[in-house]
Amino acid sequence: MKPFTYERAVDAAQAVRAVASTPGARFIAGGTNLLDLMKLYIEQPTHLVDVSRLPLAGIAATSEGGLRIGAMATNSQVAAHPQVRAHYPVLTGAIVAGGSGQLRNKATTGGNLLQRTRCAYFYDTTKPCNKRIPGSGCSALEGLNRNSAILGASPACIATHPSDMAVALVALDATVEVLLASGAQRSLPVADLHRLPGDTPHVETDIAPGELITAVVLPPPPKGAQAYRKARDRASFAGGLASVAVAGGQVALGAVAHKPWRASAAEAALRAGASPREAMDAELAAAEGHERNAFKIDLVGRMGVAILSQNAEDRA
Amino acid sequence: MSDQRATLADWAKPNPVTDNRSGLIGKAVDRYDGPAKVTGTAAYAFEVETPSPALYGILVTSRIAKGRITAVDTASAEAAPGVRLVWTHLNIPETFADPEGKVGFAKTHFPLFRDDRVRFFAEPVGLVVADTFENAVAAAQLVGFTYEVEGPATSMDTALDQGEIPTGDPDLEMGDFEAAFAASPVRVDGIWRTPVINHCQMEPHATVAWWEGDVCVTHTSTQVLKRSQVYVSSTLGIPQDKVRVFARYIGGGFGGKVMNHWDLILAPLAARALSQPVKITFTRHQMFHATVHRPGVTQEVRLGANPDGRLTAISMMTWSHCDSAGVFTEPASRFARNLYAAPVRRMGLRRVRLDLPPPGPLRSPGEAPGMMSLECAMDELAEQLGMDPVELRIRNEPESDPETGKPFSTRQLVRCMREGAQRFGWDRRAPVPGQVRDGRWLVGMGMAAAVRGSAILPAKAGMGVDADGVVTLSQAMTDIGTGSYTILQQIAAETMGVPLEQVSVNIGLSDLPPAPGSGGQFGAVTAGSAALAAGMSLRKALAQLAAEDPDSPLHGGPAEAATFQDGMIAIGNRSERLSALVSRAAPDGVYREAASGPAADQGAWDRRSYGAQFAEVGVDTVTGEVRVRRMLGVYAAGRILNAKTARSQLTGGMIWGVGAALTEGNYPDPRYGSFVSQDLASYLAPTHADIGELEAIMLDEEDPKANPLGAKGVGELGIAGSPAAIVNAVHNACGLRVRDYPVTPDKVLAHWKSNPLPLAARGRGVR
Ligand SMILES: Cc1cc2nc3c(=O)[nH]c(=O)nc-3n(C[C@H](O)[C@H](O)[C@H](O)COP(=O)(O)OP(=O)(O)OC[C@H]3O[C@@H](n4cnc5c(N)ncnc54)[C@H](O)[C@@H]3O)c2cc1C
Ligand code: SF4
Repeated sequence: MKPFTYERAVDAAQAVRAVASTPGARFIAGGTNLLDLMKLYIEQPTHLVDVSRLPLAGIAATSEGGLRIGAMATNSQVAAHPQVRAHYPVLTGAIVAGGSGQLRNKATTGGNLLQRTRCAYFYDTTKPCNKRIPGSGCSALEGLNRNSAILGASPACIATHPSDMAVALVALDATVEVLLASGAQRSLPVADLHRLPGDTPHVETDIAPGELITAVVLPPPPKGAQAYRKARDRASFAGGLASVAVAGGQVALGAVAHKPWRASAAEAALRAGASPREAMDAELAAAEGHERNAFKIDLVGRMGVAILSQNAEDRA
Repeated sequence: MSDQRATLADWAKPNPVTDNRSGLIGKAVDRYDGPAKVTGTAAYAFEVETPSPALYGILVTSRIAKGRITAVDTASAEAAPGVRLVWTHLNIPETFADPEGKVGFAKTHFPLFRDDRVRFFAEPVGLVVADTFENAVAAAQLVGFTYEVEGPATSMDTALDQGEIPTGDPDLEMGDFEAAFAASPVRVDGIWRTPVINHCQMEPHATVAWWEGDVCVTHTSTQVLKRSQVYVSSTLGIPQDKVRVFARYIGGGFGGKVMNHWDLILAPLAARALSQPVKITFTRHQMFHATVHRPGVTQEVRLGANPDGRLTAISMMTWSHCDSAGVFTEPASRFARNLYAAPVRRMGLRRVRLDLPPPGPLRSPGEAPGMMSLECAMDELAEQLGMDPVELRIRNEPESDPETGKPFSTRQLVRCMREGAQRFGWDRRAPVPGQVRDGRWLVGMGMAAAVRGSAILPAKAGMGVDADGVVTLSQAMTDIGTGSYTILQQIAAETMGVPLEQVSVNIGLSDLPPAPGSGGQFGAVTAGSAALAAGMSLRKALAQLAAEDPDSPLHGGPAEAATFQDGMIAIGNRSERLSALVSRAAPDGVYREAASGPAADQGAWDRRSYGAQFAEVGVDTVTGEVRVRRMLGVYAAGRILNAKTARSQLTGGMIWGVGAALTEGNYPDPRYGSFVSQDLASYLAPTHADIGELEAIMLDEEDPKANPLGAKGVGELGIAGSPAAIVNAVHNACGLRVRDYPVTPDKVLAHWKSNPLPLAARGRGVR
């Protein structure tokens, strides 16, 4: 990888200042995504600010009856936490469906949200890719695009966001808390964190460079059953072909778009008394397949129908 | 002994291995090299300590698949921190092509960086050597190549008519196939496709090299020491005895390390130029293109049969891709010459030249992809006939090799199938697909036959005993993780009548008596037979020593009557400890070498190992995901030398079968000529969660016509047929026939679009 300098942050305020004051600086948490990309020269930070040891790993109940998960809590810690397992099983299910045990032990809550796409052409630096080199073209569009998006894509980029955890967070109406370089704080829904590709697929989130995710806040669990279901080519340690998170009446889809996809149309249809099949059809009306990934429309539809029917049966 | 070839009659005589007095042969002995590996003290090539600090080399690979290098800019790389050398085709020292082409399949590799042509994607075109690995990697990024790009040819299916018949592999034509096929009342006729498969060895190809005077010392990751030595000497143009190749521990080979690669030449070249040791490893990314892979295979299988199930005509033609100058052809239809009886037969191999990286052998070349078509075709035929697939195969069991008429040395395929069917509960299989449901899963069973040739090649070995009574087996043999160390220890101990702890195994160095190495599942029987021969020679020498030594209690006894057991040498009821004899009569130790190889009259027999594969799968009715629930393999592979390592080899092969059937494959992008998967996150080898219950049963068998040990190969047998058993089970579960491997959810869903699930199978019960 390209030579870089490194510092370990002692507190959050210093970490954001360090990144803000050093051009080309980046946070590093678990490093499970960033280091891989650095080795391939896809990411080329000149300076790393290690935030993994910041005291932001706590998981605690909020006064509103929800749960506040520190950004440095590892995926393993969150998935195994008794409160999460008891009240947010969709989140545990989503996390353990991702990566491997070793990865989840290193991966952090903040880093997981900001992991980048697994599009094969993004990873192959000999190929054009608008996300890697804006304006160079999208190799996936006419290429081996079996894993590409079916919702919300653009001619500039048809990549998907690979996080499982984020799909559950979107279904749970979670928000992220962010610390700005100025020391100010803001929060935004996880559903608004990631962007659709449009003409600027290299701009992936609404978090500005140098802003530090400090926590994810879960509202009180919604009424009703929760479940996460992921389809994949091998039984473990594989990105999803599609996934579905359901928390009560809230539904989100994964591996189908440039962001975790809140299925608002399906939710509205269900509220209006539609059947699960009608609800999924409503959600997928705008779905668009490419040469090799069109099967995902069918797949995620079937998964949605199955999981929603099961929930309806459980309620009956 | 070395000039006089043995005969089958010699092999039929009892020997210490077949007598197995101490019971060490076949025992589930723990791995000789296990403690060193689990404690991290086993040094793989890249980790070997060098006599002085090493430099690090990184390959620079081409960014295009086909074209010409028009300009090279090395200035910034040369100026980068720590850089000691940058080589491209413009300034690499001269290397030579091996004049006799002895070095194998990958002829395109010679000589190195030979000209300005790029022949495949990620072909090594440059080398950067620096003081640290990190500096070398960073500087490699700075080497600038400008290319004139040509469009690569990447599609085999549009070039089938250009297939070449490989030299030495003419088609088999017995009878008029077209006529016989047309006249057959029952027919199967299909095209199957298996994709590119990558080896994905845990240890990447790597070499460390240094020079001691004019002697080149290398530690490399190879399956074949002697060939590596030839490769280095011919490519560098130095005598063979000036090259030492070490490979003490190897982290997986699977055929991909039968060839040598750029690391093995560039490291010595750079070490010579810089007068310092040099280490070069392939990166994981480079492994996917710049080494070798199993080529994609297009397979046409046509079966004609009578209503009673007897095959009347069988044809199998297979096409595999090859690089522009290579010679490798996947021998995918070769096994079909032998497997089933049918009076009319046609088999052929074709090689199609594409601008893809060079292919090469991968575990069970031929049988592994080839049985994925024929054994599914047999399942389709059984279905058409309304016959049980086991019964169909039994009905077509040949009396002798259907091509040559040679008798089989042993062939227990039928027993494997019967025993497997019984143990697996085959009678519970519903003959009509889509009938068995377990929650959200449709469940089905499938089976397939397994066959793989078993050769013995010429080899030598040395056996010695020292004054402490420690027996040392010496051989230029490799252990690529299979268990060679352990079975050689067992054979040495059993032959010399000493406990296992008293045996030292010295392999993994080209200086030692030559063996062909590991590959083609000939390794254990070839190396082991030579070890036995060396042991016999040493026994003779020791008996003579004792008989002639006035101080020995055995003095004057008939040397040929000597026996060896419990660390003692005995003649009649007179005995003494080996250590006592050697320390007194030959304090420097006694050492003998001997050779072994094919028997002079062995060719009259057809020798293979056989098996039957059974699989039970579930197909998710919502997602179309296929998961293996149970697998059973029953094998007849001659005498088993070590129950534990043999089982690992067989179950390991079956796991490869899961990958081949369900998850593995790499695909060239036709625009760029590169494979789409370039790391282990996107190339999907099976994980633990993909493997259900897994059992391998080894039937009692001895095959004295195979080699003096009576053993046969097990290393590749497990992958033969196992993918077909899984795919046949998928059909039994849900009615789908997939002929384009692997069976992924998109293919299952496409099937359900045109063939909706039977109502009974729809249900809900998800999660
Ligand atoms: C082989 C493999 C398979 C995988 N499979 C899956 C899978 O199936 N499902 C899945 O969901 N994930 C999968 N992952 C991804 C894995 O979950 C992510 O790599 C991990 O969650 C990233 O977390 P991290 O802490 O290691 O992030 P890092 O690699 O440290 O950082 C990732 C990015 O986030 C930024 N960052 C980190 N923390 C913060 C913060 N607090 N505030 C602001 N910016 C921050 C970094 O600057 C960097 O840009 C896989 C990864 C690998 C390598
Ligand atoms: S889909 Fe997006 S990430 Fe993939 S090649 Fe196209 S632009 Fe790059």
